[in-house]
Amino acid sequence: MQAVEFRFPDSKARPVNADHEAHLSEAERLMTVCNSCRYCEGLCAVFPAMEMRRAFSAGDLTYLANLCHNCGACNSDCQFAPPHEFDVNVPKVLAEVRNDSYARYVWPGFLAPMFRRNGLMVTLIAALSVAAFVIGFAAWHDPAVMFGTHTGPGAFYKIMPHNTMVAIFGAAFLWSVLAIVMSCVNFWRDIGEPSSTLRDPQALAGGAHDAATLKYLDGGGVGCMAESDKPDDNRRLYHHLTFYGFMLCFAATSVGTLWHYLMGWDAPYPWYDLPVVLGTLGGIGITIGPIGLLMAKFRRDPQLMDESRKGMDVAFIVMLLLTGVTGLALLFLRATPLMGTMLALHLGFVFGFFITMPYGKFMHGIFRGLALVRYAAEKRRAFG
Amino acid sequence: MEHPVDFNKTYDVVIAGGGNAALCAAIAARRAGASVAIVEKAPRFYRGGNTRHTRNMRCAHDSATETLSGPYTEEEFFDDLLRVTQGNTDENLARMMIHQSKDMLNWIVEQGVRFQPSLGGTLSLGRTNSFFLGGGRAMLSALYRTAEGLGVHMTYEAEVTDLEMDGPRFVAAEVTTPNGKRRLVAKGLVAASGGFEANIDWLKEGWGEIAENFLIRGTPYNRGSLLRTLIGKGMTQIGDPTQCHAVAIDARAPKYDGGIITRLDCVVFGIVVNKHCQRFYDEGEDIWPKRYAIWGRLVAAQPDQIAYIIFDARALKLFMPSLFPPITGTSIEDLAGKLGLDPARLRETVDGFNAAVQPGQFDDTILDGCHTEGLEPAKTNWARRIEQGPFYAYPVRPGITFTYLGVKVDAEARVQLADGGRAENIWAAGEIMAGNVLGRGYAAGIGMTIGSVFGRIAGEGAGKHASR
Ligand SMILES: Cc1cc2nc3c(=O)[nH]c(=O)nc-3n(C[C@H](O)[C@H](O)[C@H](O)COP(=O)(O)OP(=O)(O)OC[C@H]3O[C@@H](n4cnc5c(N)ncnc54)[C@H](O)[C@@H]3O)c2cc1C
Ligand code: SF4
Ligand code: SF4
Repeated sequence: MQAVEFRFPDSKARPVNADHEAHLSEAERLMTVCNSCRYCEGLCAVFPAMEMRRAFSAGDLTYLANLCHNCGACNSDCQFAPPHEFDVNVPKVLAEVRNDSYARYVWPGFLAPMFRRNGLMVTLIAALSVAAFVIGFAAWHDPAVMFGTHTGPGAFYKIMPHNTMVAIFGAAFLWSVLAIVMSCVNFWRDIGEPSSTLRDPQALAGGAHDAATLKYLDGGGVGCMAESDKPDDNRRLYHHLTFYGFMLCFAATSVGTLWHYLMGWDAPYPWYDLPVVLGTLGGIGITIGPIGLLMAKFRRDPQLMDESRKGMDVAFIVMLLLTGVTGLALLFLRATPLMGTMLALHLGFVFGFFITMPYGKFMHGIFRGLALVRYAAEKRRAFG
Repeated sequence: MEHPVDFNKTYDVVIAGGGNAALCAAIAARRAGASVAIVEKAPRFYRGGNTRHTRNMRCAHDSATETLSGPYTEEEFFDDLLRVTQGNTDENLARMMIHQSKDMLNWIVEQGVRFQPSLGGTLSLGRTNSFFLGGGRAMLSALYRTAEGLGVHMTYEAEVTDLEMDGPRFVAAEVTTPNGKRRLVAKGLVAASGGFEANIDWLKEGWGEIAENFLIRGTPYNRGSLLRTLIGKGMTQIGDPTQCHAVAIDARAPKYDGGIITRLDCVVFGIVVNKHCQRFYDEGEDIWPKRYAIWGRLVAAQPDQIAYIIFDARALKLFMPSLFPPITGTSIEDLAGKLGLDPARLRETVDGFNAAVQPGQFDDTILDGCHTEGLEPAKTNWARRIEQGPFYAYPVRPGITFTYLGVKVDAEARVQLADGGRAENIWAAGEIMAGNVLGRGYAAGIGMTIGSVFGRIAGEGAGKHASR
């Protein structure tokens, strides 16, 4: 045998709509390359986690993929990135595996096709949901109520009785929580981490800290290499606005529920009351944040992204944005005849958002959080 | 903002090359107030030749830092250099470089480069070498960003192919671009265009036809065109064409630019045979980092410049993984068949080796003294019988990292003329003058030290010269 006859493993361009297996085997090839290089080990959690392994199962790869924040640093720092013949593109391939993973673990499993054209599916559901509320309200009330001016406690409930609202949103929310929990169980089992880790306070605290600070969305300290090899920190800023905006909105709803049941106070609340303050700040967050994220997405270097799944990302961001915008509009217009219409729109988007949580990009946050918890546990096992 | 080179302008300093040496020179010259043009032969993605592939640099320092585990004095650095070069170094230049390397650690950070503690798998260098966060390409991008921010002009896919001289004075460079040849006038030239390792014909002048079988680990663009021109224009040559850094890398690697990931760290855990199934050197002579860089030459001396590292299942997880998986056989004969070797002869060599192994306590972390008796050549450490299947092999070839033949410089990085004196306005830095310090041998991380220190000196010198 002449050694020069050895062939280099296939590194030609991948077909655009490659299936999950192809993504996994490419991720496996890349992790083997990176594991023999390791130059990127200081950039984020993915590389140290990779170094703890020599072989990579599908579960391992999915775990690593969900650890990746797609900051892009390892692409602009890689001497073997395309056009080099080794064609090493870690951010993109991990994005593909990560996006596959939402369908891989979805519950119930027969809803996996939701991820096939996720952008379209989510848009349809949102549209149907908004339409249902608008048409429902219109059919239910005569125009005098729908387009009347209502003020003072209980004004919203003239449009939709509180118990009906709670029943519909409670059911949707509980379903989504159930579906998300079941997906997480599937994910956790497949990546092969014992369930005891989820009871380990240090691992939970470590994961929560890294998720809450977006520790790894910084290219190892300088910022994302999102558009070129010149880093910036915009995505982290906009993501923080979105995430904390979302949490504030969630807190606003929770406080409102307490006010209603514990205190017996009826919405709408005055502008200075806690639920409104939280909701307003949150609404501003999930308005500005998503706009920034969308702009960043369209400016991003396409080489870093799983472009086939852009629809999913955009649908999720736009859904958050519309929830925020309609919420703010409701606040400003609640004492006018448009209140009924705005309430229908807002509730339509909130409902659409709730029921698509387990079936869209929302899952990235959940799996990312879990992956970071596992990484915190692994790091402690390996380095004490 | 990237500014392209304006060929109608007279620059204070033109810099040939786009790697570490070139960028350090460009930044230093610009900071000295000069207008600077970088002319880089490679396309933008491949800019910075071999620097793209690096991961660390060796600098002296008097105490531990956040990223260095202990002090490394100038004296110790110099001793290491004397040892690896066996005295083949210009002592004054070497001492000057080592002294300057101390300040380099700060300077390079000021230019935006970031360090991290040493990499997993290279802990033996954690005290002496500073590792770039994100590797050489990250380091390079930081230098480029800084240079751009300072207003250095740069053009890619542009090769300096000739020099216009007026006696010992550089006048203009002939630059070959995709749009034809251009003339670039400047008050000074810094030659930072690397060695000639990617020029197989030049390698053949030293090595003969066997150079055809060498693999080039780094950039295909370092072909020594400017080095040739400089020597042709009367600059002093230093070193001979066989001196270079060469290691044994996976024979399946591409001809050029395979980089670090085709490296193999398993020689010490097995035996190495040539195509006639004969061993030819003590695989366990010393710890691997100290012997890494001799195996390129050893394999180059074997028939067809090919050899095979053979080991068994027990060794598989003792070393860093590499790009290609090892070739696997259920038996020695099976393995030989897959490698195209004579099964009976490989069996004979392995049996002979196994019979010569003496009892001992194998320990991969120290020189364990496990050795052979009555075998020629002996294996003096980590000799353990190759008996537990499956059996593995890596085919290896010489992989050339970079060449040492270059132009002679003085302590100001000014290029020396063959008939005495020095060029008025030509400086050199990096691989193109590495032979001044490295007559032979190598110490990990010194390539970048040579580029940074001499690059900075050259840039400052050229910048000041222009403003006189
Ligand atoms: C795989 C590998 C790993 C390495 N790891 C390390 C390490 O960890 N630490 C270390 O210290 N050293 C390392 N080295 C050695 C190190 O890369 C070099 O010593 C160092 O990068 C040389 O820098 P330079 O600027 O002189 O040359 P280069 O970085 O190679 O730059 C030379 C540039 O000149 C350009 N050029 C060539 N000819 C012309 C021309 N005529 N006109 C215009 N431009 C031209 C080329 O395109 C190239 O970009 C490694 C080398 C390799 C191959
Ligand atoms: S992404 Fe590239 S540079 Fe980074 S570890 Fe992988 S192969 Fe090495
Ligand atoms: S894109 Fe960023 S987070 Fe993802 S693997 Fe690369 S460096 Fe890590």
